[in-house]
Amino acid sequence: MKIPNFVKSIIVGVPIGITILDTIGYVARVDGISMQPALNPNKDVTDYVFLNRWAVRSHEVTRGDIISLKSPKDPDQRIIKRIVGLEGDIVATIGYKSAIVRVPEGHCWVEGDHTGHSMDSNNFGPVSIGLVTAKATYIVWPPSRWQNIKSYLPNQRKPLNLTSRYIS
Amino acid sequence: MQRLVSKFVDAAIVFVQYGCLAHCTLEYVADLVVCSGPSMEPTLYSNNVLLAEHISPQFDKISRGDIIIAKCPSNPNQYICKRVVGLPGDKIRTGFTSRNVPRGHVWLEGDNKSNSSDSRTYGPVPKGLIRSRAIFKIWPLTDATYLKD
Repeated sequence: MKIPNFVKSIIVGVPIGITILDTIGYVARVDGISMQPALNPNKDVTDYVFLNRWAVRSHEVTRGDIISLKSPKDPDQRIIKRIVGLEGDIVATIGYKSAIVRVPEGHCWVEGDHTGHSMDSNNFGPVSIGLVTAKATYIVWPPSRWQNIKSYLPNQRKPLNLTSRYIS
Repeated sequence: MQRLVSKFVDAAIVFVQYGCLAHCTLEYVADLVVCSGPSMEPTLYSNNVLLAEHISPQFDKISRGDIIIAKCPSNPNQYICKRVVGLPGDKIRTGFTSRNVPRGHVWLEGDNKSNSSDSRTYGPVPKGLIRSRAIFKIWPLTDATYLKD
């Protein structure tokens, strides 16, 4: 039996494609307003970001990174948030059940930039770093918004153990 | 010289193709895991080899009694192998208190209750951390079994 050429190239091509998407990264659409103003700054424009899988291959994340993670409430849902605290940090929460949280081992505290309009750690608590799937590194679409995504954490959201307020 | 280069390129292409195929199989179909530690005795011992499939976690077909491999919630570089004891909505009794398993989580416990760090230590585990479900114990051969509840 002879296999047609195009079937052959599909059989070879699909695994290569999947492997590239898995190890290097892929482009995804950002839904919702939870990351305003960094992503989707106005409601008419939908941003597409490049999600870099390579950057998180050893589960290394830093404060201020925008990352995508599996929602702890629904494993099929991906959410995009900013890392506010890493393990051991003491975070002042916004509307969580306790006012101050110490982030446990292997976890991180994630928040959307649009405080109050975001389903984040203030809602479901610290998340395990194992749920982080990728780091958002570029905005690739629309062309007017082409840019690197910089790691940035507003001063008032810095974990308390990194601010002088905590020491005094 | 040119022939040597083209031969080398051909070999590299084949290598990449098979590498990608292997990646997809191990990531989406099934792989082998080596157990370590006492937490699943007497079902599994250290250095037992398991065949674990990745299909049912992807379709959310995990049920009570399954042995699953998941990322450790407190250390993303480590994997744990435990039994699913509770699904979302179940009431779990721990000591004198009881707690509900929240949405999107599972309650994991080792079979060796006295020597296992599991959901009794770190609480319910998000389903997103589950990697695969163990179906066969294939090593040691004398003790090869199908792992059912």
